[in-house]
Amino acid sequence: MKKTKINEAHYVLKGKMVEFCGWDLPVQYAGLNTEHMAVRTTGGIFDVSHMGEILVRGREALKAVQHLVSNDASKLVPGKIQYAGLLTESGGFVDDLLVYMVKEDDYLLVVNAANVEKDFQWMRRHAATFDAQIENRSEEYSQIAVQGPVAEKLVQEFTDVDLAPITYYHFAQGRVQGMDAIVSRTGYTGEDGFEIYFKSEAAAASRLFLDLAEKGEKYDALPAGLGARDTLRLEAKMALYGNDIDDSHTVLEADLGWILKLKKEPPCIGHDALARQKEEGIRRKLVGFELADKGIARHGYPVFVQDREFGAVTSGTFAPYLRKSIGLAYLPVEHSAVGSEFEVGIRERKVAARVVETPFYKRSK
Amino acid sequence: MAQENLLFSKDHEWVRRENGTVVVGVTDYAQHELGDVVFVDLPAVGKELKKGDPAANIESVKAVSDIYAPVSGKVTAVNEKLGSTPELVNQEPYGQGWVFTMSLASESELDELMDLKAYEEYLKGIAGE
Repeated sequence: MKKTKINEAHYVLKGKMVEFCGWDLPVQYAGLNTEHMAVRTTGGIFDVSHMGEILVRGREALKAVQHLVSNDASKLVPGKIQYAGLLTESGGFVDDLLVYMVKEDDYLLVVNAANVEKDFQWMRRHAATFDAQIENRSEEYSQIAVQGPVAEKLVQEFTDVDLAPITYYHFAQGRVQGMDAIVSRTGYTGEDGFEIYFKSEAAAASRLFLDLAEKGEKYDALPAGLGARDTLRLEAKMALYGNDIDDSHTVLEADLGWILKLKKEPPCIGHDALARQKEEGIRRKLVGFELADKGIARHGYPVFVQDREFGAVTSGTFAPYLRKSIGLAYLPVEHSAVGSEFEVGIRERKVAARVVETPFYKRSK
Repeated sequence: MAQENLLFSKDHEWVRRENGTVVVGVTDYAQHELGDVVFVDLPAVGKELKKGDPAANIESVKAVSDIYAPVSGKVTAVNEKLGSTPELVNQEPYGQGWVFTMSLASESELDELMDLKAYEEYLKGIAGE
């Protein structure tokens, strides 16, 4: 099993360790609900070093990125970040990712742990005609996410970067605990917060994580594991690759049309199929739902629309902050409006569900 | 310590004899593994269960797990409090967090369960895996 450079810290903090995408990572420390609530009310500190970092650099780096991802990277300026899809010819997802513009001709793409090698090979193959170097630097980078209302105050104690002026989906470079780092105001929880990328030996990486946890105590911030990361992202309706988005559902069906820019040069992979789908209209759509009765609709449970099975729940949980059962599923477009009713098969029972507005949780600014 | 009068199954249920019936719950180890319990699907009173049959479901945020009948018999009562306060399973697994009671079809089935000492050894074995 692979270990992040922060691995030792998880054992010091008595994390409950599990295998996740080949990595030895903590699913929780104090408890999923406790950590979830800490992120919503104070703060949480996550080791997300398993995420992949791929660099695209060179004279035609922008063109290469434009071709590879769904969003319009020409709108980026140094220090700005975009969420985007890495799409197939048919408009489905190879992965979803963040595109950081470091400087002219220099982009950092942050991808999902499970997909690093697949994405890297895909990018190299599909951008071969551009004058750009694509390098997988995932092994070198550690990444710590500090999320929640106290995140800015806590991270500020560790860095010379002035965090206050960094707005959402922007980043700065500076030093964090003496190490060169990228600090971005991004996250996967629905809260304000930062993600810190840095390169170091294991001892220094573990040290930073432990120091953040220790300094976090005075703000009631806690180390948090993969369990809370999943429930937090779902309350905020942030898609999880492999559950909610995959290569068999298009970016339009996933209700992520806002990251698809069809009018850009060069066009992205999947452009023609998606232009056609946009013209003809989608037949199914990813929606958020709540259960009307007891139970938890989990990933893979069957969905019934007017007694006919229609796919399965893509993600579902009992939302710790909202205190209700929520989930995501693809429904026929004609049954996807807010208020539409359907059923989820939970073992032998069929439990009533209702399409609701998303995100389920939205923080007050 | 209350656990000393209990018997334990390999599936982490506990059993306490009480006036000809047995009270069934899940152990502290089980509630800890489950994490925060949010629903408990209780069995119907009167339901006949064979030892090892799934009797109830516990849903935690993390996962759903079955509670198996630790002995054979008929369900005689269920803990209705778990409907509104399922967290009792986490807070007092050996007390207010009991799940159901059942009649005992065969005394000898109790002999197949572990006492506290044997269960603690069993847990050590699991931890060492």
